[in-house]
Amino acid sequence: MSAEKMLPQIIKNMGVKLLLDKAHVPGIRFFETYRKEGGYQAVEKALKQMDPASIVEEVKKSGVRGRGGAGFPAGMKWSFIAKPEGVPRHLVCNADESEPGTFKDRYLMEFLPHLLIEGLIISSFALGSNDTYIYIRGEYAWIVDILEQAIDEAKAAGFLGKNILGTGFDCNIYVQRGAGAYICGEETALIESLEGKRGNPRIKPPFPAIEGLWKRPTVVNNVETLAAVVPIINMGGDEYAKIGVGRSTGTKLISACGNINKPGVYEIEMTLSVEEFLYSDEYCGGIANGKRLKACIPGGSSVPILPANLLLKTAKGETRLMNYESLSDGGFATGSMMGSGGFIVLDEDQCIVKNTYTLARFYRHESCGQCSPCREGTGWMEKILKNIDTGKGKMSDIDLLWDIQRKIEGNTICPLGDAAAWPVAAAIRHFRDEFEWHVNHPEEAQKRNYGLAHYADPIHVPA
Amino acid sequence: MSKFNDEQLKEFSRLVARYPEGKQKSALLPVLHLAQDSFGGWLSAETMDYVAEMLQISPIEVYEVATFYSMYNLKPIGKHLFEVCQTGPCMINGSDDIIEYIGTKLGIKPGETTTDGMFTLKTVECLGACGYAPMMQMGKHYREHLTKEKIDAIIDECRKNAAANN
Amino acid sequence: MSEQTLFKVTIDNITIEVPAGTTILNAARKIGGDVAPPAMCYYSKLEGSGGKCRTCLVEVSKGSEKDPRPMPKLVASCRTTVMDGMEVKNITSDRVIDARNGVVEFLLINHPLDCPVCDQAGECHLQDLSYEHGKAGTRYEFQRRTFKKHDLGDKIQLHMTRCILCYRCVFTADQLTGKREHGVLDRGDHAEIATYIEKNLDNEFIGNVIDVCPVGALTDKTFRFKNRVWFLKPVDAHRDCPTCSGKVTLWNRGDEVYRVTARKDQWGEVEDWICNTCRFDKKQTSDWVIEGPRLIDRHSVIAQGHYAGTVGTHKPTETFEAVHAGRQPKLLMDIHSISEVNQTNITLSKLDRPAHSTDFNHNKD
Repeated sequence: MSAEKMLPQIIKNMGVKLLLDKAHVPGIRFFETYRKEGGYQAVEKALKQMDPASIVEEVKKSGVRGRGGAGFPAGMKWSFIAKPEGVPRHLVCNADESEPGTFKDRYLMEFLPHLLIEGLIISSFALGSNDTYIYIRGEYAWIVDILEQAIDEAKAAGFLGKNILGTGFDCNIYVQRGAGAYICGEETALIESLEGKRGNPRIKPPFPAIEGLWKRPTVVNNVETLAAVVPIINMGGDEYAKIGVGRSTGTKLISACGNINKPGVYEIEMTLSVEEFLYSDEYCGGIANGKRLKACIPGGSSVPILPANLLLKTAKGETRLMNYESLSDGGFATGSMMGSGGFIVLDEDQCIVKNTYTLARFYRHESCGQCSPCREGTGWMEKILKNIDTGKGKMSDIDLLWDIQRKIEGNTICPLGDAAAWPVAAAIRHFRDEFEWHVNHPEEAQKRNYGLAHYADPIHVPA
Repeated sequence: MSKFNDEQLKEFSRLVARYPEGKQKSALLPVLHLAQDSFGGWLSAETMDYVAEMLQISPIEVYEVATFYSMYNLKPIGKHLFEVCQTGPCMINGSDDIIEYIGTKLGIKPGETTTDGMFTLKTVECLGACGYAPMMQMGKHYREHLTKEKIDAIIDECRKNAAANN
Repeated sequence: MSEQTLFKVTIDNITIEVPAGTTILNAARKIGGDVAPPAMCYYSKLEGSGGKCRTCLVEVSKGSEKDPRPMPKLVASCRTTVMDGMEVKNITSDRVIDARNGVVEFLLINHPLDCPVCDQAGECHLQDLSYEHGKAGTRYEFQRRTFKKHDLGDKIQLHMTRCILCYRCVFTADQLTGKREHGVLDRGDHAEIATYIEKNLDNEFIGNVIDVCPVGALTDKTFRFKNRVWFLKPVDAHRDCPTCSGKVTLWNRGDEVYRVTARKDQWGEVEDWICNTCRFDKKQTSDWVIEGPRLIDRHSVIAQGHYAGTVGTHKPTETFEAVHAGRQPKLLMDIHSISEVNQTNITLSKLDRPAHSTDFNHNKD
């Protein structure tokens, strides 16, 4: 298809909202309003007109990718679930949102709880889960009440409980509170926690689809992924797949924070450019206090940080878009990742060393301690970064940091090791001079920041 | 030793009923929350042993879990717990200043409780409110977009409530 | 019984056939020698063990005959089962050696270097591993982690600073004693083995945690500081025990029984679990029927005298100054200015040969 032919489609879809379209309707939190606004039609359609296999097929066709961070195609994940005779299966909703910079699921659950419940009913039907659990991070204590109220309302209206809509399908949804552990966002740690244990990730295989909760086949999906099932069923997988571009289909919630004028949760189409997202008034509204952009972590704290000059354009000089492919264009050398959609913006007055230190501290604090590289390596990195930040660093520390992160990455049981290694690696890769300045000017670095330096200068693009 | 009252027992039964038979250990996290809320905001060894007995699991299984998760307090805390986030996005929005301000105002360091037992200050890692930074958790709810003035108001409010209740 | 399916697997260019379901590590152990990856947390007799220490990482360069794609990441050989036609690289892979060196360094940064006073010295798996993969110097310039001391009773000594969190003792207590009273508390780099409220471990089989511990974190209090293992003579012995198999190894010096342990195979794993009575209370030769000398695989660093020719040949980086913020070590005494026999121009520790009488001041008398 030529570019001209694609254009009208893009324009037509500009600003399409599939999840948050009704977010501002007063009372949408409650069943009555949600239903009046067309809610639960997808449940009716799915349970009365479709069978589980065809629902899975629609989700596959939609191309929706896991919105928790890994971006694995949800339909494919669903098709892996084992169906041994006589063994119950479970759907678990991952609402443990804990990746620094990410607060989109909280927004969905707080303001549109019924959208999630509706998605859960359909997904439970498709997967054959009669007991479905929402595992929510413990700190979101008040949201538990909101969700349980929504569940009670749905049950009273006959959308949950026994024999839903006369189809013979029974389903209950329970909300389980975590208790403060980032690691429980990893699906096998989440399952362990749901079983009342320490959040130690399991060694895979076996994968949860074969042996998950209580050794039963289990699918764990992120809140946003499961909410997206509602529009997918309403409009059909094919229509959903037409929105977006390439393998980045549908819409994506982005939680934007840091030094911007309008922090918040935005639903975007994945054809939007990073520049427009960052500077237009519809979204972030530009850098706060008239300052200049220095760096951005576009997908939650674990993805590589990018300097301003690699954020808006790729190394090839192309406009960078807010989607899976474009954000990762250039690999780790010059690109980053879509991740969980936590968009953290740093202005010219921010210190990359300090920022990297707080992230290293975070990952050290959240390491479960089960495997050696992560348990020992995260603490080591934190200590070195603290030294550099407080003016006690040595030049050799920078190379040492690089070597430590390299030896953690890929060698741990779960992705927390990678998540801890990548921010350190990217900060050194792109901001090495700032680290060196800290080492060479230990006293000055305590009084002022390195500033913007050359990080926004256009980079030379070889022809 | 304190035990759950009738209302708490009802909640306990509701929590345990969510899981298949024999999988009552799954209720451990929610039951520990219930116990912490019921018995003074923290988990003593006696409380944990009681939870173990209620769920028919061994005490060590409870200790292992209670010490893993950061929300369980294993020591008594003040009447009001300020848990201020200090991770990246909050840090770039000035959380360090907020922590310092609270500490100076209350005369305590992170991890400490005021001598009158009113306030405990704790630094925590990302609470998922990055767009509303700086922020802290107070009990069940978040206090967001913190400023020094807001901190003053929150502390005053806590003190006023305490005075009214005396 | 139907015929067992055999899978062909090649590890470091050596091909072997093993039953389906065998892990890479166990296949490599069948080949033996250097091909077998080191294992600090995996223990074949403990269900659920393994996967944690990451020392046994290997490279799968060919997934299987059906799906020859290599695995992108190194995998824990103790928890990955072989596929038919799989090709694995252990010591023939630079990636593996590099990663393993990294893991060893991680295990050592917070491990106290107290081998000279540690009862495990000479039979410590971490000691051996660090000799094989570690470096003489350390790049870690921070204070090593410490823990509050816990008392586990009069039989078992816990040194948490030496623990590498292999979880073997936890599995042992779960699977052998039925009622576990210790576990892993806290998390991350502060995770520790403890009982939470001070408790004596007194289950009849709990003493086995000493034998499964790969390091000196759990040692035998009835043997503590009594002797070094390499001075003792191991003999197999048995007794008619009402509780356990009664098959043990006695560690003797002369006729005196210094220590009783379970018998261990060439991978350092217990053959038969023994009870506390056999282990702690039967320290008379007359308690036992001696079978004969126990062959111990003397793989240990000390047993093999590996240090000869290595120690003293190069100077490790001085970290004292770095750790103590530039403060020089304080010289408490200069032997040259005090001693009447040491010569002022000779530093005995720097000699590259044994000291002779000529190196000392001659007695004038």
